[in-house]
Amino acid sequence: MSEEIRVTVAADADTVVARQKGRELALRLGFTRTDATFIATAISEIGRNIWTHAGEGEIVLCGLSEDGREGIIVIARDKGPGIADVDAVMRDQLSSDKGLGMGLWGARKLMDEVTIVSERGKGTTVTMKKWRGFAFDEVRQLLGEGGAEQRAPRLGLRIDVSNVAEALEQLEDTPRR
Amino acid sequence: MPVSILKQRHYLIASVQSALTDTEVLELRDALLAELAKHRSRGIIIDVAALDVIDSFVSRSLTTVARTGTLRGARTVIVGIQPEVAVAMSHFGLGLEAVDTALDLEAGIELLDR
Amino acid sequence: MEEQDGRAGPAVAQGPDIDAELLRELVAHLRHHRTRLREEWARRITDAQLLSVMTAGEIFSEVTAVYDNYVDALETGSIEALEAYARSLSERIIPRGVETHEVLGVVLLLRDVLARSLFEKYVEDSDLLNRVLDAYEPAANRIAVTVGVSFVQERERVIRQQQLAIRELSTPVLKVREQLLILPIIGALDTARARQLTEQLLRGIRDNRAKVVVIDITGVPAIDVEVANHLVQAVRASRLMGAHVIISGLSAEIAQTLVNLRVDLSMMQSVGDLQGGIEEGERQLSYAVTRIDGVGAEGEG
Repeated sequence: MSEEIRVTVAADADTVVARQKGRELALRLGFTRTDATFIATAISEIGRNIWTHAGEGEIVLCGLSEDGREGIIVIARDKGPGIADVDAVMRDQLSSDKGLGMGLWGARKLMDEVTIVSERGKGTTVTMKKWRGFAFDEVRQLLGEGGAEQRAPRLGLRIDVSNVAEALEQLEDTPRR
Repeated sequence: MPVSILKQRHYLIASVQSALTDTEVLELRDALLAELAKHRSRGIIIDVAALDVIDSFVSRSLTTVARTGTLRGARTVIVGIQPEVAVAMSHFGLGLEAVDTALDLEAGIELLDR
Repeated sequence: MEEQDGRAGPAVAQGPDIDAELLRELVAHLRHHRTRLREEWARRITDAQLLSVMTAGEIFSEVTAVYDNYVDALETGSIEALEAYARSLSERIIPRGVETHEVLGVVLLLRDVLARSLFEKYVEDSDLLNRVLDAYEPAANRIAVTVGVSFVQERERVIRQQQLAIRELSTPVLKVREQLLILPIIGALDTARARQLTEQLLRGIRDNRAKVVVIDITGVPAIDVEVANHLVQAVRASRLMGAHVIISGLSAEIAQTLVNLRVDLSMMQSVGDLQGGIEEGERQLSYAVTRIDGVGAEGEG
């Protein structure tokens, strides 16, 4: 994990600070300006949920590296009343007039992964991730599933097919440097 | 509030100078509606070029201004939405359908003058 | 990490089962028959029509270098030199259009050529042959993967560079006249490309102060729900920047299908073809310029 940024959120101005820091971190991590705007907007939405529903909480921002992918993670924590029906607020953008549903629903549209853990009376933690776009996926597509296996017979090679598959498998599993 | 509101001919022009807190967004909304009542303006232009985030709250507040304006005979134009903000908004489903939009202040005035 | 079969891990042959003495013997054999095996390998490459963009001379000189690095890697267990060579080789051959399957094929051929020569040498003693192959195969596989990975990584770097170059060079956003742009989309539209085109369109709208854009999708082979939603988002984002979008090339049947699939096309103005789109765009612009009385809103829908 890279640098970790914490912002205490107790008022609307804190949300502005959190989303500015989120944008700055995203740009430092190599996200495009558009992606950085997506991330800042998602932070704005979940930040609002903290001070309107729980009064106080925090937003933690951090770079992320997992399975050869790079990204950003945003964690919003509060010790507020919690959400009764997490599925409902995630499903329905209009589930709350106060904007709770819109916030989470919107965040899910803007980020790659959003998970919510909430317990009545104990608080809510929203974890959001976004991955940086990467050319490796295209190479993977290029190699295709069984691509080399299919090509090998055409080329008249005496290749043990299981070994090509294995080689490709290892190619795909090899961590990038 | 980091917003200046000017009256030009029969239009109100609000220029947002920097990022707004939710409280400031509500102040802007209320100030615009108060000015509208006072001057009986025929158009409102809100320049949001300085906003690097337009989320559901800002979007809803802008729509409220536009709807209320329409009831009072004023047309609202939002100008200056940045390209990346437009992409994020459209992804999010915030289309500002009830509001007119224009590229910048000049295009906004042109739209109202028509 | 504990190695079980020598196929994974940082070095070629360090597993407990690998017979060091045998490996030395094997390396000596490969060095001794260097000329013959090298030629055999090069011939097999040509027969299989691999590396067809390269001349016989080029193939032979690369084959020599890779062969020596290959045997060194078998001997020392260190793949660094081979890896470095594979990288520089990839750098040279990728621009000439050599494909991943060719490189994998070439390395696997070498593995095959060497295995055959070991087979011939030890064919009398099948127990020894098995032990030799047990020592050789994992190391050879590891080497094949190393070369393959180096190639793919280099290729990925090149692709990334090319993508950047293409993005910078191509200008699919065309200005027809003042305030009127066309964006002809040709080819499949995936999420990444849709995002990039949208961003390019929005920059085009800003830079040209465009009021109307015609997006022509005649050249998009398949319009499914995902593609349609990308288009809807592009239309919506353009409108937020003050430009009206006309879609051309969307057939009535597909439009009907999309509506049935609950794609919201309400804000899409659609016309039959690009020509019709441009005419409609011109009409809207002249309408906007000549109208002076301010009656009615501009025609959207």
